Amino acid sequence: MKIVTSWVREFVEIPATDQELAERLTLCGLAIDGVEDGVLEADIGTNRPDAMNHYGIAREASCLYDRDLRPIRPNVRESGKAASDVASVEIADPDLCTRYSARVIMGVKIGPSPAWMVDRLEAAGHRSINNVADVTNYVLLELGQPLHSFDLDKLADRKIIVRRARAGETLETLDGVDRKFTADHLIIADADKPVGIAGVMGGEESGIGNSTVNVLLESAWFEPKSIRKTARYFGMHTDASHRFERGTDVGGTALAADRAAELIQQVAGGEILRGLIDTYPNPQPRPAIELRRKELDRIIGVQITAAEVLRILRRLGFRVDELAYGNWKLFPPTWRLDISREIDIIEEVARHYGFERLPDHLASWAGTIHRTPNAKMEQAVRDTARALGYDETISISLGPETRMRRFSSAEPLALANPLSAESAVLRTSPLPGVLDAVLWNLNRGEKDSHVFEVGKIYLHDNEPATLALAGVPGEFAHLKGDIETVLDLFSGSVSFDKEVGVDYFHPGRSARVSLDGSPIGRFGELHPGVAAEYGFRHPVLAAELFLDPLYARGLRVMRHEDLPRFPSVERDITVVITPEKTFQEMKDAVMALKVPELRSFTVVGPPYPIEDAPGLYALTVRATFQSGTRTLADSEVNDFTKDILNSFLALELRLRGSSDSDE
Amino acid sequence: MSAISDKTKLSLQDLGIGDETGVEALMGELRASLDAAIAGITSAEAAEQYRIQWLGRKQGLIGAATDNWLKSAPGPLKRVVGKWLNELRARAEAGMPAEGAAFLSPGIDITLPGVRRPIGSRHPVQLVMQEIEEIFRSMGYSVETGPEVETDYYNFEALNFPPDHPARDTQDTFFLAGDGNKLLRTHTSPVQIRTMEKQKPPVRAVVLGKVYRRDAPDASHSFMFHQMECFAVDTNITLCDLKGTLNEFIRRFFGPKVRTRFRPSFFPFTEPSAELDISCLICGGSGCPVCKRTGWVELLGSGMIDPAVFGFVGYDPDRISGFAFGTGADRLALMKYGIHDIQLLWQGDKRFLRQYR
Repeated sequence: MKIVTSWVREFVEIPATDQELAERLTLCGLAIDGVEDGVLEADIGTNRPDAMNHYGIAREASCLYDRDLRPIRPNVRESGKAASDVASVEIADPDLCTRYSARVIMGVKIGPSPAWMVDRLEAAGHRSINNVADVTNYVLLELGQPLHSFDLDKLADRKIIVRRARAGETLETLDGVDRKFTADHLIIADADKPVGIAGVMGGEESGIGNSTVNVLLESAWFEPKSIRKTARYFGMHTDASHRFERGTDVGGTALAADRAAELIQQVAGGEILRGLIDTYPNPQPRPAIELRRKELDRIIGVQITAAEVLRILRRLGFRVDELAYGNWKLFPPTWRLDISREIDIIEEVARHYGFERLPDHLASWAGTIHRTPNAKMEQAVRDTARALGYDETISISLGPETRMRRFSSAEPLALANPLSAESAVLRTSPLPGVLDAVLWNLNRGEKDSHVFEVGKIYLHDNEPATLALAGVPGEFAHLKGDIETVLDLFSGSVSFDKEVGVDYFHPGRSARVSLDGSPIGRFGELHPGVAAEYGFRHPVLAAELFLDPLYARGLRVMRHEDLPRFPSVERDITVVITPEKTFQEMKDAVMALKVPELRSFTVVGPPYPIEDAPGLYALTVRATFQSGTRTLADSEVNDFTKDILNSFLALELRLRGSSDSDE
Repeated sequence: MSAISDKTKLSLQDLGIGDETGVEALMGELRASLDAAIAGITSAEAAEQYRIQWLGRKQGLIGAATDNWLKSAPGPLKRVVGKWLNELRARAEAGMPAEGAAFLSPGIDITLPGVRRPIGSRHPVQLVMQEIEEIFRSMGYSVETGPEVETDYYNFEALNFPPDHPARDTQDTFFLAGDGNKLLRTHTSPVQIRTMEKQKPPVRAVVLGKVYRRDAPDASHSFMFHQMECFAVDTNITLCDLKGTLNEFIRRFFGPKVRTRFRPSFFPFTEPSAELDISCLICGGSGCPVCKRTGWVELLGSGMIDPAVFGFVGYDPDRISGFAFGTGADRLALMKYGIHDIQLLWQGDKRFLRQYR
């Protein structure tokens, strides 16, 4: 809100420039975002409705500069006629309206406001309407009390009843909109019908118009939650509701009504009827709060002198009684609804003592320190993915529902209030994030893009950790190698098979990964149809892995193995295969031989087509033999190789020749 | 070369040399050829070839010259030819590299660009979060985490946001469809509650993770972002510890030149509360468009944990006190690296990411 400094200076002497005042206010918790032409742009927190007005700011300044705050004493020149003879007020629902103070002014002349008032309102960001309406705004800005002025002659029986609405009652509010109430809404009614939404906005018909002569001024205190609910229900936010829902000063309604009556008479003439109609059925004294010296010191960490504590709290309007042991008994002012506990008082003291005056301190610590249980493993995954050349991405964990359903059969968690369909559900698959990144790069001319993301997906009962990889260009074998490298970090036995079980991978170029027999992920070439749908024009490789099962196994335990003392011998064998034959079958057959000296069995390169035999491929496999106790004799190795060849023949594989080479 | 090699196969008479001048010229030619051969030895293979060509018993040029020239030299010239050949043999032997000698390969253009192995880049937010974690771990803080899909209780109620309180409006919340109680956490503070529920004081924790607020995306807003949060609870934590800890963190993260200021503020779950401003990193505090000419930039929210929060986790607020503070980790990354658009963080753009290796 805008604070006009000349207005504030009417209430307190401030020995400082506006700029300096702004700085001091900011450092005591009333953020001033800008200073221009004698106007402060203030950003007052929801807890400080008492400072959302000029007098409230003046009170803070009186504490900051230790100067007296001038009291406001309206000069109300009443006539002999009693207001209570002309109008009446009844609070039917005192749980929602604690106090209703009213003034009656007869014979006003509606017209423009004087220039000083127009200028001041404009400086504070308010447009002038007419003299009576301007006065209510003026007092709102000055004291923070929202006021409403009724055309008294339009109130049936000149009666105000504050009550809950009856379901179905309607009212056209000042903004020209028809409102239909439920029994939850507090309204202002006359003898017959609603004339205002309590604390939010008055009715069109009962409001001040050019023909208005007699005015009833409302200055009330409404229960904040009720106002907030009602305002939200109607989608309304007004200056009045803004303050009522944060809590106004129940002790200040009379002063505000008097101040407004004084000003109305001043700018619109008329006769102020005798007496304030003040309906305050059940005033509740606020309980006193004890502030303990020990507690003050325990929270703040330095001792602030008793004199300073007293000074600060009294300047802020607290009544303070001094107790034994340096403690205090405090009676918070009615305008400070935010203060009900000892800690609230401590904050007031700290705020005005000044945080800048507190020394820096670091508390000692003697406990242990831990990271999250998976932190080290997650780091290992990230480091390995990076070492393999993948760039790390973080993608938005919300996405479009169709895309999530494309890549997951899990029922996604949907937002009740999404910003758009593009981010309507929580991701159930880690793939869209990395695929989006690769596509983004391709669309920007980066033809080589490999990314990874370690993140969570979001299911109904948990948020599993996942690793996703995607890249172009690439080959299945390389991706498989990358996956193997990552899995190699962990304990557990890894296997691959073709049962991917989903339709978004290329059925012949994808694999399922299992850890100790349980599936933990899949990878391979994206199904060309899905890739095209996504916007890719070339094959894309991708992988998705659940990390929690790996984390459960833990990192592979490193264990020293003695280095070989005897040379190894390699034998390469080239066989003719059809595409149906898998390397795994050959390996299983070789392993079944249980040759203890067989160190490894692998391929020398990928299978290659045989020129004169369409549909047939040549694959060179390599067996490596080594003994821990001796140098192997040629004859032994030849025997092993013969066994392997025989096992191949049993698989109906034709040999293309064999060769040997010593390491 | 071949010319001289052919000449070694002939006698002096056949070469038409009969005087000392002729011998000098011939020997000079042989020596030049030998020197060129020595200069050409750049590998072990070349050395062997050289040995065979010049010193070999059968085809060696020195041997051939000795056979053909010395023998055919007339009496007066024999001494001269012999002296020359002895000298050249010694020269040829000296030119032969020692067994196992190292040879220089040809030079290369070292100004050609290096061929890089593709190491992946780190995400700047990840980098910053790691740095924050390290700073706080070194100060005795453990790392805690919690779910991103939270309940109203942990995100608001236990943090002293009463139902229907205006303070809830400041955190535009995504709610889950179908379950009015579930929401996407708007801050990492629910982890305070979860940690204190499972652990008796003292507690020191740092929390890093994704949070969500229903803000329309632009260069400085993202409906998903990362928050860092730190809290300490013990029997001796004061406002001075909050100040000291924050100043220490800021110095370590941004460097010693950055100044800080504390502004009292309001958060439902802390009291007293303060916002921390740091001197503008762009202008150093003199005022520029980035800091709206104030010299200060808002950085984070902090405060002493409200006793009401301790009530929710069963801590005794008369014996225990604590502080908490938090801010956007992405915001810290943007400030630290001078990134102008928060949306860059989520695009996976290689050209962006490759700057963070």
